Amino acid sequence: MKSYPALFLSIAAIVGLSFVMPSLNDYVLGRIIYIGIMISLAVSLNLINGFTGQFSLGHAGFMAVGAYASAVITTFLNAQGYAMNGVTGAVAFLIALLFGGALAALAGLGVGIPSLRLRGDYLAIVTLGFNEIIRVIIQNVDFKIHGVDYIGGARGFSVLPLTTFTWVFIVAAVTIFCVENLVNSTYGRGFLAVRDDEVAAEAMGVDTTKFKVRAFVVGSFFAGVGGGLFAHSNFDITPLDFTFLTSIDIVVIVILGGMGSTVGVILAAIVLTTLSEVLRSVPEFRMIIYSLLLIVLMITRPQGLLGPATMERLLRRGKREKPLVTPVES
Amino acid sequence: MLQQLINGISLGAIYALIALGYTMIYGVLRFINFAHGDVFMIGAYVGYFAATSWLARFFPIGTVESTVLVFFLAMAICAALGAIIEFLAYRPLRSRPKLTVLITAIGVSLFLEYSGQLVFSANPRGFPAIIMNRAVVHTKTLTIDTVEIVVILLSLVLMFLLRVIVMRTKIGTAMRAVSYNQQAASLMGINISKVITFTFLIGSALAGAGGVLYGTEYPSIEPLMGILPGLKAFVAAVLGGIGSIPGAALGGLIIGLVETFVSGTAASTYRDAIAFAILIAILVFKPSGLLGKREIEKV
Repeated sequence: MKSYPALFLSIAAIVGLSFVMPSLNDYVLGRIIYIGIMISLAVSLNLINGFTGQFSLGHAGFMAVGAYASAVITTFLNAQGYAMNGVTGAVAFLIALLFGGALAALAGLGVGIPSLRLRGDYLAIVTLGFNEIIRVIIQNVDFKIHGVDYIGGARGFSVLPLTTFTWVFIVAAVTIFCVENLVNSTYGRGFLAVRDDEVAAEAMGVDTTKFKVRAFVVGSFFAGVGGGLFAHSNFDITPLDFTFLTSIDIVVIVILGGMGSTVGVILAAIVLTTLSEVLRSVPEFRMIIYSLLLIVLMITRPQGLLGPATMERLLRRGKREKPLVTPVES
Repeated sequence: MLQQLINGISLGAIYALIALGYTMIYGVLRFINFAHGDVFMIGAYVGYFAATSWLARFFPIGTVESTVLVFFLAMAICAALGAIIEFLAYRPLRSRPKLTVLITAIGVSLFLEYSGQLVFSANPRGFPAIIMNRAVVHTKTLTIDTVEIVVILLSLVLMFLLRVIVMRTKIGTAMRAVSYNQQAASLMGINISKVITFTFLIGSALAGAGGVLYGTEYPSIEPLMGILPGLKAFVAAVLGGIGSIPGAALGGLIIGLVETFVSGTAASTYRDAIAFAILIAILVFKPSGLLGKREIEKV
């Protein structure tokens, strides 16, 4: 383990949170759950955009796949009279989330394969296009089984509220654990190599194509699980919850947090989600602030507010070591 | 059938005007100006205010003077806006990685969209009828009105003008030189910054004209109206071969036609997805586009 301070900090935060948790009202709890979901989404997007250097603008599309797939399962089980509470409910929800994640991963594979030949801005537009295609397809699907509505097209889909803080916390922790360990493993160096210099990586025998697809598949899996949590934290979902503007929200978190810095991205998810809550009554201002932040940041500090190098410095005060993860600019 | 052909061509003409801006800017800077669709939106709003504000007292709506004024103002203000965006947001990043510029472009795009919501309000507005709308041809199966004719003719004129500028003038030659090889062009004494500014001026002016035409044909404008036409025009530019001016015109036409025909069939609800499906298909099978040149990647 390299980052003890971060570990202690997060354990302290959770212990603190568990003390205040019972006294929180539903609104605040709902917001905390939302922040947790955004953390899973942003950390998983960071694997694609930050660590592997592929610019995806379609995370909300994968989120939508997971959201609808898991909601279909829980709605179906509920309609069959299966008890959706207690241990059986938890097992059912877990299966639904995993199924949503698996389907989203499959979608990620589908996006990854044709997108391999593209880089940079083309990839961004193609993933954005996939996001919109997924949304339009969902908008056109609406069916009934034994009098129960599924998917619901543009009208929206009523979903059981199953997401609790415990679920969100476990998923966020697993996402962070998987992404961090993946990129810090010997094997995971391949992701960073693809980002830092694709040609050189290829010359050194890294199968860049495979790494890109893997990043997409793993990232989409967690996006799907996050989407499942999102669906079950609302009473209903509509295709408009998953437009590419939602993807841009997640992308902004990753960029501001610092592409390739998990801790930075987590902090950015907390700060920006809270900020958007504060500016709820004037949503235009939120987006204007986001956009100005993006422009100014790109001109003055393209590695993000808390780029990997900065995080390393903060986490190991004193120890001047060359960071393993280099900033995005090359 | 014939009716849809006419509708498709007039929609395609507007997409072509926007696509030209994408393709020209890509030609000189090698990046996708995400904010281009929002410049188009600003064009529509400038047209709206030029036709309905105090200016309308001197130039009543529907007269030729008013129409000319609306187009002139929309094109001029969009041109200035394009040049300002380039100067403030893109110029400081010229030697940075592409991804940085792309993110900035997304930022500029969001900024224009949401400042638009703040300034113009998010509610859609009815675009004034700046062109007297009369049916020129009117049979049982086919109606062609003045708006469609003006849209098609004006787009053709603008594209012709663009062609003259690019092929026959000195600055046009410089533009082609920069898009061919920026370093060599600068060694030949071409002022790269000037050429880039000029490209943004022209491209954004075309988007402004496109915005007014779009408002005339689909008379409801709102601050987020630029997103979808902008993306579709980008697809048109890629379809035609990005960097190629005739390609952008051809691509715009194809996208407009396909979209209109899909709207007429049972699959009309898939209308907005079709452009993206085309984009993915073209990037997989022929990434250089229909009329584009294949670029060899140098290491």
